[in-house]
Amino acid sequence: MLEVRRLKKYFPIYSAGGVKQKGIFVKAVDGIDFSISEDETLALVGESGSGKSTTAYTIAGMYSATEGKISFRGKDISNITSKRSLRLKKEIQMVFQDPGTTLNPQRSVRQILRLPLQIHVMLNRKNEEDRLINLLNFVELPPDFLYKYPTNIGGGEKQMVAIARALATNPSIIILDEPTSALDVSIQAKIINMLLELQKKFNLTYIFITHDLSLVRNFATRVAIMYLGKIAEIAPTSQFFLKPKHPYTKMLLSSIPVISNEEEKLKQKKIKSQGEIPSPVDIPPGCSFNTRCPMAYDKCYKIDPVMKEIEPDHMVRCHLFD
Amino acid sequence: MKEIVVEVKDLHVWFKTFAGYARVLNGVNLSINKGERISIVGETGCGKTTTVKAMLQILAKQAKIKKGEILFQGKDLLKMRKKELKEVRKHEISMIFQDPTAALNPVFTINQQLLEVIKYSGVKGSNRKEVQKKLAIKSLKETSLPDPERLLNNYPFQLSGGMRQRMCIAMSLATPRSLVIADEPTTNLDVTIQEQILQILKKRTKEKGSSLILITHSLGVAREATDRIYIMYAGNMVETATTIELFKNQYHPYTKGLISCIPKLSGGGVAEGIPGRLPNYLDPPIGCRFAPRCFNVMERCKKEKPELKDVENGHKVACFLY
Repeated sequence: MLEVRRLKKYFPIYSAGGVKQKGIFVKAVDGIDFSISEDETLALVGESGSGKSTTAYTIAGMYSATEGKISFRGKDISNITSKRSLRLKKEIQMVFQDPGTTLNPQRSVRQILRLPLQIHVMLNRKNEEDRLINLLNFVELPPDFLYKYPTNIGGGEKQMVAIARALATNPSIIILDEPTSALDVSIQAKIINMLLELQKKFNLTYIFITHDLSLVRNFATRVAIMYLGKIAEIAPTSQFFLKPKHPYTKMLLSSIPVISNEEEKLKQKKIKSQGEIPSPVDIPPGCSFNTRCPMAYDKCYKIDPVMKEIEPDHMVRCHLFD
Repeated sequence: MKEIVVEVKDLHVWFKTFAGYARVLNGVNLSINKGERISIVGETGCGKTTTVKAMLQILAKQAKIKKGEILFQGKDLLKMRKKELKEVRKHEISMIFQDPTAALNPVFTINQQLLEVIKYSGVKGSNRKEVQKKLAIKSLKETSLPDPERLLNNYPFQLSGGMRQRMCIAMSLATPRSLVIADEPTTNLDVTIQEQILQILKKRTKEKGSSLILITHSLGVAREATDRIYIMYAGNMVETATTIELFKNQYHPYTKGLISCIPKLSGGGVAEGIPGRLPNYLDPPIGCRFAPRCFNVMERCKKEKPELKDVENGHKVACFLY
């Protein structure tokens, strides 16, 4: 349904005087490939600065791609939203991380939900009320929320309104950019369950951006691990957690704080977390993970590895599997 | 008999607002032994930070301590004179804040800020520049910061988030302290860095024999780093037990709910969450503050406030079910 080929997104760097510096870029996304099929949930996981949000924003059309191709149902969409057709914009919607800043505090929930419907000409005077109440129904909020303002409702409820807004245009893909990381676990549980239900009901495809691997285990069908603008490993969820391959994946898994002995067994023991993610301006030569990898050998400092399929659907980008 | 460092008894803190008093802390009881590492776990707004801020007397102006005492080595912190309190802050209790970016002053170098702490700590020879410098470098090395000599001349904004937080830890443990309070030290950091910070915090407090109060909203973090856990809900300690005991069996319905909503690495979906939200502190329920959200609510819960009671050697619960 959605296909991303050799996608690159570089941001120029400006010197103090506002002059564009030649040849230096922040390589936020540096050549990634993946595809998503219908009704799937793809989780993009990585540390901050790994390019997961940039990837999603480029798909949503908030940035135009520097290089590469994104195609949606066979149509090229690597341009920005202002150049996309209205019908296409309808199909891809987004839910942001912090509901406090993505809902306009001056607008009532009614106005917030009405706007996408109005833009996409899905309203007439008769059905307006029904449609809006229906939307709130989907996210299990009572109709009186229509007349509330974002400042008067809780964080979890704000996020539900944001989800309702994304649902308003009947999209086929929803990009969820860390939808629960600003919320408490008890509210997170509720939102995740709701998202799963909505997915079944409307045959939605999710791109789920997160840094929480335990949440991914319970939510996504496929996992892509990103590091410095590249995908390190991509695999179906069950296989990913059973047989992680890439040293970075193992490092991530070893650092998750867990709450039971059962989970402790799934954690990788051998690899201890060390070092920090390098700056995306100054990416080390060879494999970008070589500064932190405990298994790095001479080849890793010279040649950048390429994606390899080591088991059906399980791709890894590491010299250990050459 | 173990030596108790800090004991909080029946602490009530209210905040003055335009709408009246917000009754946030509602009789908090807490004690910490010498060399013990405890954590306070609870959702946003349950009063974790207020409790520890009351210990250091750094609450906002609107706060009023209505009732209770905080005994530090037998002396009541709330009744101390300003001068005595200053001494406690200088040598005895130090605090690590949630956001290292806000905790460090951006216009002073690390050197200036770190030496300041050491200068006033009253350690032998701490008024001599060489001793200060030596101690500073030693403390930076102990938090596994690379190249401490160079780092000392940097400004906070030249460091990454993980390094800044390490900086704060180095600062709080540069001189011996009997109690370190860490207020969500890893919330803003990536999992791999979080793991590193927790390890350092654990190791350093062990070496120095300091007690540690770790505030967190993640039970996983609490399990990893501390010996005993306090579960807090709406200004009350609802359950406390050793870490091992607490994860083996929980008594309080809130603790049970909280643990069930955490997504597990071993899969199996996410529980439904806890319905409802925190009570309004301006008008909190008279009896148990968890009663409106509790599945096992009884008539008695709505009228009386349950006390923290021992149910099984050292496992204390505040609930009428037991």
